[in-house]
Amino acid sequence: MFAQPSQVAPVIEVRDLVTHYGSRRILDGVNLTVQPGEIMVIMGSSGSGKTTLLNHMLGLSRPSSGNIFLLGRDVGAMSGSELNDLRKQIGVTFQGGALFSSMTVGENVQLPLREHTQLDENTIQIMTRMKLEIVNLAGFEHFMPSELSGGMAKRAAVARAIAMDPKLLFFDEPSAGLDPVVSAGLDELILRLRRAMNITIVVVTHELQSAFKIADRITMLDHGKVLMTGTVDEVRAAKDEHMQHLFNRLLEEVPIDADEYLQRLTEDIE
Amino acid sequence: MAADPARPAWYRVTDAVGRVTVASVSQIGYACALFCESLYWLFAGPRRRQPVSMSSTALEMMKIGVQAIPITAILSLSVGIMIAIQGIHTLRDFGAEARVVDAIAMSITREFGALITAFLVAGRSGSAITAQLGSMRISQEIDALQVMGINPVRYLVAPLLIAMLVMLPCLTVLADVMGILGGGLFCGFQLNMDMQSYVQRSLDVLDANDITQGLFKSAVFAVLITLVGVINGFAVTGGASGVGKATTHSVVASISAIIIADMIFTFFLNR
Repeated sequence: MFAQPSQVAPVIEVRDLVTHYGSRRILDGVNLTVQPGEIMVIMGSSGSGKTTLLNHMLGLSRPSSGNIFLLGRDVGAMSGSELNDLRKQIGVTFQGGALFSSMTVGENVQLPLREHTQLDENTIQIMTRMKLEIVNLAGFEHFMPSELSGGMAKRAAVARAIAMDPKLLFFDEPSAGLDPVVSAGLDELILRLRRAMNITIVVVTHELQSAFKIADRITMLDHGKVLMTGTVDEVRAAKDEHMQHLFNRLLEEVPIDADEYLQRLTEDIE
Repeated sequence: MAADPARPAWYRVTDAVGRVTVASVSQIGYACALFCESLYWLFAGPRRRQPVSMSSTALEMMKIGVQAIPITAILSLSVGIMIAIQGIHTLRDFGAEARVVDAIAMSITREFGALITAFLVAGRSGSAITAQLGSMRISQEIDALQVMGINPVRYLVAPLLIAMLVMLPCLTVLADVMGILGGGLFCGFQLNMDMQSYVQRSLDVLDANDITQGLFKSAVFAVLITLVGVINGFAVTGGASGVGKATTHSVVASISAIIIADMIFTFFLNR
């Protein structure tokens, strides 16, 4: 499906990324590469640091140490305007869609085109409709985001993310808050986008089923560290205890220390 | 990190004072940076093919300025009448009721016109700015702008700042006129003064400096309201209740900033 790592420069390369929230260490030496045309799924339970990793790949926060290369450029070393130029080649679909609630669906999709290109009005209109066709929302351009269902809002957000024909597309929890059928439709859409536009796609999710369906490779994060990176089959076959817990939806048992428990209940009480 | 409860009281107090001071200084620095960045986009934006949108500036002008005209007119008329009542009452002791015209003209143009307008706009638009930016922050719309390569300061803050800088002085002029008119109505009723001589007397006492002083201050207030509103909106965390808290804080902070700035500028402008 995609070229071997040795032959082509990676689209994303994360090197030894360490980040902190206050004094708490969130990511601890994360390494990750994403090859052109590949669908990489970043998985992990809540609190594993996957959203933090995404925010760093988008250049929304600054790491404590380590580097992130997007399309061959070091994000940390770029000026504001260079970063803005780079971002024209990147699309992002946020968890809740993050459509601008004061604009119609059509205006949302048009916004990047209006801000970054000098296209004439007719071309912009046609491109808007094309993008809405791709996500099966033809005819909805005059709706307000509040009039759409959760799944439709997410697809509209995808249309906005691909408005500029990006080389790289990020999805944050595409199935969050959706029922299994709608969520499966979104997985199909992700696969179709890769087939049609040959985009490199990074999906952050905790949904196993969806991950196994769309991923070329999966990176498992746990407590800020990369547990493993591999193809779907490799990940499925993994013997690691943490991963088996995740697959089988088992709670990781924390042994209870009676003294410590009593201490927690009674501390600071006179 | 909160102060350690095991430490003595003086330690905790100085610790808290230090933290608040550092936080305030960094907020003032951030406000200055926002102001400079907005101006930068206004002037350098067109050359970088990323101009500040004139249509959204016009939209903000409608919301901040035009829609506030009726309430500004009513409030400043009331304030004018109030000053006339108090002025006549006070000056009666000296038998100088007719001098109330001077008092009305001076105090409205120098202080009350700008101050009333600023309070009104802080309550109306300052809170709206915070609430809007705050809910955009929590629904990740600001992040979405950023990752699209659209600078939020250029796209959201610069139009607000320009609209506020244009409309607040305009509203202040309206408030000046309506305030003086209100004073005139009451003087006509109480002192049997006809409107023409009232207006003539007012124009005689006023000089350009009185008007410009009020307008200059209203421009300062415009910057304060916008920046306080924007900073509080951008800093929202914690969902819907966070937006509510930030909005309250924004109105209180901008009204406090207006009063303190008014005192400082009045002191220096009247040296």
